[in-house]
Amino acid sequence: PGVTDNVASTARESMEDLLGASFSGEEGVFTSRLLLLSGDLDRGVVEQVSKRLANPLIQRTTIRQRKDWERPAVRAITVPVVQLAAQTAVVTVDLALPDSELADLGSYGIMDPGGQRRGPLALDLAAMKAIQSYFKAAKRPPTDIELEAIAQTWSEHCKHTIFADPLDDITTGIFKAHIKAATEKVRQLKGDADNCVSVFTDNSGAIRFDDDYLITHKVETHNSPSALDPFGGAITGIVGVNRDTIGFGLGAKPVANTYGFCLADPADETPLYRDKAATAPMLAPRRIMEGVIEGVNVGGNCSGIPTPQGFTYFDPSYKGKPLVFVGTLGLIPAKLGKRLSHEKAARPGNLVVMVGGRVGLDGIHGATFSSVEMDAHSPATAVQIGDPITQKKFSDALVKEARDRNLYTSITDNGAGGLSCSVAEMAKESGGFEVDLETVPLKYPKLAPWQIWISESQERMTLAIDPAKWEEFAELMGHRGVEATVIGRFTDSGRCLVRYHGDTVLDLDMEFLHEGLPKLRRTTKWSKPPSRPAIIQAKDWSQLATRLVGRLNLASNEFISQQYDHEVQASSVLKPLQGRGRVNAEASVVAPVWGSKRGVALSQSLYPSYSDLDPYAMAAAAIDTAVRNLVAVGADPDTIALLDNFCWCSSDDPFRLGQLKQATQACYDYAVAYRAPFISGKDSMFNDFKGFDGGGKPVQISSAPTLLISSVGIVPDVTKGVSLDPKAAGDLVYLLGATNDELGGSELHDLLGVDRLSGKVPQVNATTNLKLYRRLAEATSRGLVASSLSLTRGGLLAGLTKMAMGGKLGMAIDLDMIVAQARSLAAALGSESQGRVLVTVAPENQGAFEELMMPGGNVVTWIGKITDQTNLTVRNRGVVELSVGIKDLLASYRKTFGGF
Amino acid sequence: MATPRALVFSGYGLNCEAETKLAFEQAGGLADIIHINDLIASPKQLAAYQILAFPGGFSYGDDTGAGNAFATKLRHHLGESLSAFVQHDTLAIGICNGFQIIANLGLVPATNETYTQRSVALVANDSSRYVARWVDLQVESRSPWLAGITDLSLPIAHGEGKLVADPAMIARLKANRQIALRYVSGPVCEYADLPANPNGSTDDIAGITDETGRILGLMPHPERAVFFTQQPHWPILSEQLKRGGKPIPAPGPGVAIFRNAVNYFR
Repeated sequence: PGVTDNVASTARESMEDLLGASFSGEEGVFTSRLLLLSGDLDRGVVEQVSKRLANPLIQRTTIRQRKDWERPAVRAITVPVVQLAAQTAVVTVDLALPDSELADLGSYGIMDPGGQRRGPLALDLAAMKAIQSYFKAAKRPPTDIELEAIAQTWSEHCKHTIFADPLDDITTGIFKAHIKAATEKVRQLKGDADNCVSVFTDNSGAIRFDDDYLITHKVETHNSPSALDPFGGAITGIVGVNRDTIGFGLGAKPVANTYGFCLADPADETPLYRDKAATAPMLAPRRIMEGVIEGVNVGGNCSGIPTPQGFTYFDPSYKGKPLVFVGTLGLIPAKLGKRLSHEKAARPGNLVVMVGGRVGLDGIHGATFSSVEMDAHSPATAVQIGDPITQKKFSDALVKEARDRNLYTSITDNGAGGLSCSVAEMAKESGGFEVDLETVPLKYPKLAPWQIWISESQERMTLAIDPAKWEEFAELMGHRGVEATVIGRFTDSGRCLVRYHGDTVLDLDMEFLHEGLPKLRRTTKWSKPPSRPAIIQAKDWSQLATRLVGRLNLASNEFISQQYDHEVQASSVLKPLQGRGRVNAEASVVAPVWGSKRGVALSQSLYPSYSDLDPYAMAAAAIDTAVRNLVAVGADPDTIALLDNFCWCSSDDPFRLGQLKQATQACYDYAVAYRAPFISGKDSMFNDFKGFDGGGKPVQISSAPTLLISSVGIVPDVTKGVSLDPKAAGDLVYLLGATNDELGGSELHDLLGVDRLSGKVPQVNATTNLKLYRRLAEATSRGLVASSLSLTRGGLLAGLTKMAMGGKLGMAIDLDMIVAQARSLAAALGSESQGRVLVTVAPENQGAFEELMMPGGNVVTWIGKITDQTNLTVRNRGVVELSVGIKDLLASYRKTFGGF
Repeated sequence: MATPRALVFSGYGLNCEAETKLAFEQAGGLADIIHINDLIASPKQLAAYQILAFPGGFSYGDDTGAGNAFATKLRHHLGESLSAFVQHDTLAIGICNGFQIIANLGLVPATNETYTQRSVALVANDSSRYVARWVDLQVESRSPWLAGITDLSLPIAHGEGKLVADPAMIARLKANRQIALRYVSGPVCEYADLPANPNGSTDDIAGITDETGRILGLMPHPERAVFFTQQPHWPILSEQLKRGGKPIPAPGPGVAIFRNAVNYFR
């Protein structure tokens, strides 16, 4: 009950429209799905089928025999009406407790009068004691809504305490010292060429697109909700990050979505349980995979936003919690009339207006829940289903109409923490607020005030509106079928004030709410693991090549690319699948402003398999790859901006914190070296699962420390963009950049079953690389490059196979020079050395290309030719080491997910 | 004669209105995006237009069947105005979700010129999955929308694009030359090695018209094929043109359809 039912809402709206009547409070529309099975089936089999199809957290199933179905009394359908018991409006919470009870209150939540805990506040003892002393000074106990509101604002999810608090000797915290400082340094170094417009302060980050437009970008994670209900988690993730675009500045238009799924092998069927008695099963990896893919499908497609870029990455460590990355690129005119579009401010006297969906019990404690590890206490109310059409309606009405009519002064998204966070956050602009909770429109009656205030019910924005403009705004929303309600007023009182039917139920000092969380100094304990030599035995390279392209991390994702609309908005230039062989690209290009030749290149990069070997090098590689992927398709390296998404595990463990500090240090060093500023980021620090196997044995699964770097850059002329597929036989193949013996953490190691903690992880020389990338950008803009592919996971071998499959043209490659650099054939083919791009060049451009690329010590190696044959052939010292048919490669490439 | 004007619907999850307007403008026409509620409030606006466009999108999230809820709303509030509009010498087009809407309304195929009867349905693709790719099309009708075009390649993006009708209706559409476009294997399918029919549509039907040919409903998106660089194989075409010393064209194949509509009134 209470789960979003979009078909029912549409049916209800159609009925009301057609009949000219509205539903009373007691009436409603609900839908269920009827599945008919025929055959000689025993009940056990049917129950298995039902378990495969339904998620018991949000769906109910009933199984009926046909003969019973025909008897109306048996057929009677359960209607999922939400029936809430009448609740005491507000209770006060006694904080005069011993430390252990105070800690329990922080961990498990407020005790209901019925003796049930309400769900995690996720506040540690230090935070609880700060609250205790605040209310001691106020000479009164807190109300439940006050405590819940503070918990939302202070949650790791909202405050990012691990990044904000002191870490070892870094007193300002790693966010300020490593991420923000990198951006400041880059902006200073670039001087007049600085293209940042809004960084870290708003819902998305923004850089200049051209003189008239800004582009915004934001990447979010939705891991914990996706573990419980993958479809719901992913769809609310994608439409949620869309709101970070709509909520940027005065409202940007979403113009492209990105996705990234870190998953366990879908073939893994060993069950896991949340409880010892094995009654609460976790969803199987395949269910999670299908669910998250479908969630982004429905969210993106229904919203009319193209999804040109994304990836999947598989590792057993994601079996406890999947990582679901969702991103949105936005477009906004730099100026709206005389106003700068990225500036906004709620003013005292402005109305607090809630726009969009209504408030229900869904999504309560999402912010606090995602700030802790997942176990048997994880609340089912954290699960939600998105409603993209409700959002599409207000998105159009706001971004395409109200914004340009100057009808509001500020706007933000309702995400984690719901109204409690969005209103309190916007109130920083004016200096305070007062809200009357009974005015908030509800999905069903009898919600308690604290539930209304912190519910994360989706598809809502909070706006600040000058009372003089309210009537015009309300009329416009009415005409667009969008619900908009005044729920309060912004003030400059320095207070957060919430009333319920006239009684003050929350009265907090703004300063305490935003700054009162005590800082905790954390310490790290980490040292680089001793290097272990890798022992490699590889013989049949033809067979290895075929197996490599079929691996989970390299195989074709066409089934995803094809089900995500990447053509809507008529902006697609370089698509997710490229060439005759429909090979997944590393980067995509869109041209979001019609009539302009300028485009935006998007890519993402991560190397979790390097994290335990060398977290510094892991982060460096992710940044290098993210930058290089864009340059390879035609982006100007001096326009690139980055986003960081840290998905860590066990972040209370000094060892994991030590790895984190290494990674953030690399973020600073490489962002500065590449002159690529961070403009936005997000972290999710507890991707851990604590549960049980089928025998009741405790199991803990922690995700590999994962840093996703997303990159965005400007392509000055999209008609000069370069795809990965070779274009003609006779073209020359060059490898740009040096290949070293760096097989540690590589895909080849994993394929060969080599010890995962052996070998050396690729090291990045940014100075050398940037010089090369600038030359490559010049070559591309002069039209000298016929195809290019940035080398990532799987190294040169993966690159060669992808190119051969992309162009469906043969390749004759000679690796003498590369083997000399890398010291072995295995390293030449499988090393994931960074800074490398594979390109093909028409023979008539050979002179111009070499003349441009080779000076200045750039490593540019001619390694062979494109042929009109049907094979990829690789020679070393005259010996054919690999000869494989492109057809066979394609068959393996497409087989892995062929049944999906 | 004055520049022809197209009315492009918006609202409730339609989402291709802006690029559809752009396509008419690229073809030399004028176009306005009008929210369905604004047209319901003052239906007389219709008189200012010669062309009606139902763009693509996800009206009402496809809930209760693609195009169904939007069609119900149109029929209820604007049924007579729309019938009157199409009975004149006007043009109308329904693209993707717009096609699903006008098929539900009965504007196509409208055999016997009854523009209110639904007689074909667009149902879930055989794959049961949304599919976004390019297709090759062969033109079969004399619709003014398709004058002078014999074949072209366009993108599709839909979950419910398989046209079904009872066999007598299909035979009738065929006899009346109301089948406007069929999926065939052409340059894009050959390039990317893709099957011709992307959704299992009966007789490879991609688009149909009313009996006069003035109303076209089609699943492919011509408005997403108005620039050269939108085509999936543009990188190789561009490289080949460059090596052949030839200029790279700017417009894409979809513009021709909109140009035909604009020229119809000139």
